Amino acid sequence: MKTARGIDARESPDGGSSCDVQRIREDFPILKQLIHGKPLVYLDNAATTQKPRQVIESIVSFYSEECSNVHRGVHLLSERATRGFEATRSSVRRFIHARDDREIVFVRGATEAINLVACSYGRAHVRAGDEVLVTAMEHHSNIVPWQMLCAEKGAKLRVAPMNSKGELLLEEYERLLGPRTCLVAVTHVSNALGTVNPLHEIVEMAHRNGAVVLVDGAQAVQHMRVDVQALDCDFYVFSGHKIYGPTGIGVLYGRERLLESMPPYQGGGDMIASVTFEKTVYNKLPYKFEAGTPDIAGVIGLGAAIDYLQSVGIEKITSHEQDLLHYGTSILEGMPEIRILGTAAAKTSVLSFTVQGIHPHDVGTILDQEGIAIRTGHHCAQPVMDFFGVPATARASLALYNTRDELDALAAALRKVIEVFS
Amino acid sequence: MSDLRELYQEVILDHQRRPRNFHRLEDANRQAEGFNPLCGDRIHLYLRIEDGVVKDVGFEGSGCAISTASASMMTESLKGKTEAQAEELFEKFHDLVMGRQQADPAGLGKLAVFSGLREYPVRVKCATLAWHTLRAALQGSLETVATE
Ligand SMILES: Cc1ncc(COP(=O)(O)O)c(C=O)c1O
Repeated sequence: MKTARGIDARESPDGGSSCDVQRIREDFPILKQLIHGKPLVYLDNAATTQKPRQVIESIVSFYSEECSNVHRGVHLLSERATRGFEATRSSVRRFIHARDDREIVFVRGATEAINLVACSYGRAHVRAGDEVLVTAMEHHSNIVPWQMLCAEKGAKLRVAPMNSKGELLLEEYERLLGPRTCLVAVTHVSNALGTVNPLHEIVEMAHRNGAVVLVDGAQAVQHMRVDVQALDCDFYVFSGHKIYGPTGIGVLYGRERLLESMPPYQGGGDMIASVTFEKTVYNKLPYKFEAGTPDIAGVIGLGAAIDYLQSVGIEKITSHEQDLLHYGTSILEGMPEIRILGTAAAKTSVLSFTVQGIHPHDVGTILDQEGIAIRTGHHCAQPVMDFFGVPATARASLALYNTRDELDALAAALRKVIEVFS
Repeated sequence: MSDLRELYQEVILDHQRRPRNFHRLEDANRQAEGFNPLCGDRIHLYLRIEDGVVKDVGFEGSGCAISTASASMMTESLKGKTEAQAEELFEKFHDLVMGRQQADPAGLGKLAVFSGLREYPVRVKCATLAWHTLRAALQGSLETVATE
C-alpha cells in the first residue's frame, strides 16, 4: 500500500483493512437499509456521515433522562446536563489536542465557526487595503464570509493557486503573503478533491509574515489525527455531522489570546457576566461566544461521536480509508472512460471523477438505482470546478464503514452507466 | 434496469448525443439564460419571433442528458407555434413532468417520453430548465432564470 505524504497509513498483514469493518457496520443502523431493493452503498460521506447507534442512543438518553438547560439551574437535571455538556468540551479539546477547554467554542458547524471568526476577529482587525488569503480549493463557506468581510472593509481577497493534481503551489502561496496579509484561511483537506494541504509549512510561512491562520478542518478530523498545537494554527473549525455526530453542532478552536481579544459574535444569555441597561460585562471564555441556549443534545451526541472514533482508533481509520482510496483509485484508473480529478500525493479517501460524455447527474441517478449514494454537482466548490473546466463531478467519499466490496459494486454500476449511454 | 430505460429512453439518449438546433441564432430577437445552481447546468436560448410566431429557435449550453434532451426536443416542438401556443405547451409539459392529475400527454407529441420523470422528482428541474428559460425569453426578461 502506498503511503500518502502527511497521512499515517499503516499496512496490515492481510493487505486489507486492519479494523473489523463488519463489526463496525453493525453499529450503523442505516446501513441495513435497502435502496430501490438493493443494499445501501453509502459513498457520500464527505457530505455527511452516518451515525452509529452509540450517538443516536446518547441523544435519546439525553432527551429521555437528562433534558434540561445548561449553566442555569441548581437542580440535579441541569447539573447533569451541564456536566455532560462540559465533558464534551474536554473531549473535543483532547481530540484536537488543544491546550485549554476555554479554547473550544460550540457553534452550529464549520460554516458558523468561519463566520464567527470573520465577523468578530475580521471586523476588529482587518482594515482597508489589507488582504485575506485563501486557496483555490476552498469550500464556499471558506470563501464567501471573507468576501463579505473584504467588501465591508475595503480589503482584498487573494487566492493561492493549485496545480493540475489539485495540490497547492506553496511557492506561489508564499509569494502572495505580504505585509498586508492579515489572515490566511485554508482548508486542511479539500472536500472536492481530497487533497491534504501541507499545513505546517502554510502556517509557518503565514506566521513569519505576521498573518493569523484559520484552518477549515471539516474534511480532516474524521480521517486523521489532528493536533492544533503541533500545527500551530490560530483557528481550527469542524462540523459534528461529518464525524459521525449529529447535524447542527460544530466546533471553533481558537488560540486563547486571540479569543480573549475578540469582541462577541452574538449577544444574549449565557455570554454575559452582568447586564444593566448602562453596561454589560461579557462572560469569560468560551461562554463569551456561546450566546443563548446551545444545541445541548447536539453537544452530547458530538461527545459520543468522538468517543466512538477513539474507540475504533483514528490510526486504524486512516489506514483502512487509505486502503480503500488506493483500491478505488486503481479500479477507476482501469476504466478508460473515467477521469479522476484530484490526484494529489497526499489525499484522503475522496474519489472525484467524471465519466466521458456523461453528465455527473446522470451518473448519480443510475448509481442511485443500484443503491449507491454518491454526490454529484459542484460540491460547494465552484472555483475548483472552473479550474478543471467541468461544470460538476461525481464524488465517492469513503468512511470507516466502507468496504472493498462496495467499491466493486461502484465499479459494476459505473459499467452499467457506460452501457446505458453507449 | 427496466426502470432506468423508462427514464433514459432511446429518444432522450438520441437527443443528448445529437442535440437539435444546438447553435446560437444571429438574428434572434428574444433570448434568455437559464442556470441550475444545483448541478451547474446552463442554457442560453435564442428565439426569432415574427408576428407572434416562433420562426426560429436555437440553444447553447451544457447539461445532463435530461436537460439537454429536453432543450433539444423543446426547440423542435416550438417552431411554427404562436407565443400563446408556446405558453400552453409549457403548462402541459410542466404538468406532465410534475405528475399532475390533469397531465395530458396527447397534446405533447414526442415530449411525452418525459413522463418517466414522475419517478425521479430530483430530476424534474433538469427537464424544466429549458422551459423556464423559454418562458423568460417570451416574457422578455433579461435576468438569468435559476431553477432553485
Ligand atoms: C471543506 C469544508 N468546509 C466547510 C464545510 C461546511 O460545513 P457545514 O455545512 O457543516 O457548516 C464543508 C461541508 O461540506 C466542507 O466540506
